[in-house]
Amino acid sequence: MSTPERLSRDDVAHVAALARLELTEEELERYTGQLAQVLEHAKDVSSLDLSGVAPTAHAMAVVNVLRPDEVRPTLDRAEVLAEAPEVESDRFRVPRILGEAP
Amino acid sequence: MKDGWVMVIGLEVHCELKTATKLFCGCPNLFGDEPNTNICPVCLGLPGSLPVLNERAVEMAMAIGTALNCEIRPSTFHRKNYFYPDQAKDYQISQYDEPLNANGYLVLPDGFRVGIERAHMEEDTGKTSHAGTSGRIHGADYSLVDYNRSGVPLVEIVSGPDMRTGEQARAYVTELRAILVATGASDGKMEEGSMRVDANVSVRRSEDEPFGTRCEIKNLNSVRSLGRAIEYEAERQIALIESGESVVQQTRHWDEDAGRTSALRSKEEAYDYRYFLEPDLVPLVPDAEWIDRVASSLDPMPAARRAALVDLFATDGGVSDAQQDLVTTVVDLSLDPLVIAAASAGVAPSLALARTANEAAKSAEAAGRLDPASFVALLALEESGALTATQAKTVLAELLEAGGGDPAAIAKARGFEAMSTDSLAAAVSEAIDAHPDEWSRFCQGDEKDEKKLTGFFTGLVMKATKGQADGKAVAAELQRRRG
Amino acid sequence: MSPTGLGDAAALADGVRSGGVSAAEVLEGYLDRIDAREGEIHAFNLVTAEEARQAARAVDARVAAGEDPGPLAGVPVALKDNLCTRGVATTCSSRILEGWQPPYDATVVTRLAAAGAVAIGKTNMDEFAMGSSTETSATGPTRNPHDTSRVPGGSSGGSAAAVAAGFAPLALGSDTGGSIRQPAALCGVVGLKPTYGTVSRYGLIAFASSLDQIGPFARTVADAALLFDVIGGHDPADSTSLERPAPAITSVLDRGVEGLRVGILSEHLDGAAADVVARTRMAADVLAGSGATVEEVSVPEVKLGLSAYYLIAPGEASSNLARYDGVRYGRRVAAEDTVTMMTQTRSQGFGAEVKRRIMLGTYVLSAGYMDAYYNQALRVRSMIIEGFARAYGTFDVLLGPTAPTTAFALGAKTEDPLAMYLSDVCTIPTNLAGHPAVSVPFGVGDDGLPIGIQILGPALSEGTIMQVATVLEANGGVS
Ligand SMILES: [Mg+2]
Ligand SMILES: [Zn+2]
Repeated sequence: MSTPERLSRDDVAHVAALARLELTEEELERYTGQLAQVLEHAKDVSSLDLSGVAPTAHAMAVVNVLRPDEVRPTLDRAEVLAEAPEVESDRFRVPRILGEAP
Repeated sequence: MKDGWVMVIGLEVHCELKTATKLFCGCPNLFGDEPNTNICPVCLGLPGSLPVLNERAVEMAMAIGTALNCEIRPSTFHRKNYFYPDQAKDYQISQYDEPLNANGYLVLPDGFRVGIERAHMEEDTGKTSHAGTSGRIHGADYSLVDYNRSGVPLVEIVSGPDMRTGEQARAYVTELRAILVATGASDGKMEEGSMRVDANVSVRRSEDEPFGTRCEIKNLNSVRSLGRAIEYEAERQIALIESGESVVQQTRHWDEDAGRTSALRSKEEAYDYRYFLEPDLVPLVPDAEWIDRVASSLDPMPAARRAALVDLFATDGGVSDAQQDLVTTVVDLSLDPLVIAAASAGVAPSLALARTANEAAKSAEAAGRLDPASFVALLALEESGALTATQAKTVLAELLEAGGGDPAAIAKARGFEAMSTDSLAAAVSEAIDAHPDEWSRFCQGDEKDEKKLTGFFTGLVMKATKGQADGKAVAAELQRRRG
Repeated sequence: MSPTGLGDAAALADGVRSGGVSAAEVLEGYLDRIDAREGEIHAFNLVTAEEARQAARAVDARVAAGEDPGPLAGVPVALKDNLCTRGVATTCSSRILEGWQPPYDATVVTRLAAAGAVAIGKTNMDEFAMGSSTETSATGPTRNPHDTSRVPGGSSGGSAAAVAAGFAPLALGSDTGGSIRQPAALCGVVGLKPTYGTVSRYGLIAFASSLDQIGPFARTVADAALLFDVIGGHDPADSTSLERPAPAITSVLDRGVEGLRVGILSEHLDGAAADVVARTRMAADVLAGSGATVEEVSVPEVKLGLSAYYLIAPGEASSNLARYDGVRYGRRVAAEDTVTMMTQTRSQGFGAEVKRRIMLGTYVLSAGYMDAYYNQALRVRSMIIEGFARAYGTFDVLLGPTAPTTAFALGAKTEDPLAMYLSDVCTIPTNLAGHPAVSVPFGVGDDGLPIGIQILGPALSEGTIMQVATVLEANGGVS
């Protein structure tokens, strides 16, 4: 497996935008250095040739966990909406949405 | 379609499953309830909540896969990550590279075969309403989110890029809808959004050329808009290419009122969804026994049911084109059990088909609930001549409105009694006496004239008897008298 | 009574069940100790004294009515602040959840109540469990009760410190890469990370879902076992919960180690401080002296654990923490449009370490890098599982230090993320494999601070590793 190039400021700016985080110039600089250091350390993993090894996502091999199609109690709406930052007409209110879902 | 061009269409259909509860939690799966009442920690994406897969939803998805001739395979769930206020966890749980159903096909009534690439399970989003004058997202001041729909089970059915005309696309959606309803997995209501269609459209100059750049059209709320949107979009793409420009890969929105599509976003802004295996769920691995059990519990699909109706006409030399349309209508409305019941009881298939497709279909929901025995009894009365066609239709309408009953009793209550032979003969004599010229023309006329005059005399008798006479009996009496 | 003069949980529960002592009295004793020292330690984000008094009274009423309130009758338990408690603020030590009152209880919280336990408060932690020192908490760091200039470890530092300071006889923490065992070691208490799937995660606010596991802190191995037996067992609300009966390890603790095959994990001795290595060898000698066969064993794959972990855990976390967007609950920073609102909310709501891991995780999952990093780490995970399987073909348990050093000074590693991450080097491989491991106190280092010994075992071997811990506990005073 070939190791990707060193992480750049642009990469960090891109992932910050994807993750809905806003960084100052100073933070961008600092995080780029720190993340690059972690990824550099991860070269012991990223540089291995593991084409013959299957990935493990779940440590415990369990399949077919299902529940019956039976109605369960719902939450009390007032209790839920009491925690919401902004509510109108029993709905969660959000500011203007600029575009359709991606 | 403009000469020298070929259109290529692939469709993605999202179908809401008719389960009692949502895909990953026990909240009721109900349309139209008070906002934010069918919610729990799971479908509201509360911290600490975890999904657990609904067994019935899986079986419905497997039923759909079976009906679409798919391979049903071991599958997994992934997270599709994107921020959006109607997405409670800011990721959607969906099947990605290992869908439950793959590599199937659907055969249109005319025999054309459309490939089904996959039919996978995923969860629906909440519903956003936009405050402001337009009610649409653009120009709204703010929006309101209701999570009742969040987590409702969906099956997304992705066709191959196999269709070539808007007509085929319409036929595909119509047939797919009938299949989904037949599996019991969906109510097929496009207007209520329980079936949602996106179309991928591209054009090229011939079948030998590689695929052109495609655009995806969203917001197709009916089979009619689907056809219109596809045709508009193909014309737009052809015009672009012919004027030397190129098609940009885009998602486009269909505006039903304006009759045009407009760009939502382009491929350059394609979102990075960072799909990865959902760690809170385990793989879904249906075994052969489970797959067989689901398959054997399926009712016959529309194509088989149409064939069964056509079979009724085999001894009469098959169905006419007009009757073929009636067959399609009857199966689309799931009223074929009425026709089958009547034919098995000895009623002429043509009468059973006509009364079902033309009359019963007008109140399809009531007809679906009607006891086939009363329908059969009614048609038997009509066939025996005890009721005229007009009377039979009236009784049928009343049966449907009342939700059932005894046709003979209804007919009696309305005073529908077949005329005695004597009074029929008297009425015929009266008509002949009043129109001697027409009668002599009838007696010596050619076939065409005779048909017209039969109608003329029948009309007179009907008028004189206030519709009580049976048309067929009048015609027989006229023939008898001509000798 | 333990050497500190505090009753152990099992004895307290027995006292309450038999009517010898009231739950209310027990509780007040602990609340007094909290009053005396919490200002200095900051183990809690919230002490729920009133709710606890009510719960204690209810337990006493049941005893008075002749009922048995359960195996933890009247025992105060401190809850890590990432366990949902209905109507009681649950914050993950993050500004983004400040004041949030969940409308539901975590499964473990329900099970504790059903066993008669009394929840005494929500403990401080690294923000969203991301850290190894409890210094990333938005409410400020917890201090180590043995030396308040030192960290308690993390991320469950508040729970470890609460038990060590005698604020509660029992506490719950969560362990994603060592977050129970490492602070247990640094605070000189017992901490058990159970087999993945034995304790329900329903209501545990996720950090990295495939690694997170809730587990007990206690002053004794027996108490940790008692708490584990209460919270463990199948839960249909968690798809990754194993379908097996509730654990019952309390009854097997005193079986000794006669004939047990113990492997000293050499990779975990590499890089550990000299005093820590010395105590580990001493622990091995104790076990050998108690009838176990002890040998050194190498599992080279575990050396890749740290890197694999810092690719997998942030990847999952970046997705798990997406939901904190200001729409449904928690903090919102007002803005003109939804994208800006979400961005401002998250930028102001999350601390530096959380942002760092979200960005790292977003990066390793993003188009073009997924295969080189995230998927590659999942392959390494398979190798580590394979390596452990090989070792467990020969050994019943593995032994090593829990942490490379004793508690370090506050602030020592806050500017150097990688150095901080290295303090989890011994605990991480267990999480990747889904296995259980326990940290048991075993004497002190050159600085007089506690050292923890870690006993690792294959899946579902909690009974065995706790037997070993029991033997070490009985001989831990040897110096
Ligand atoms: Mg989809
Ligand atoms: Zn729900």
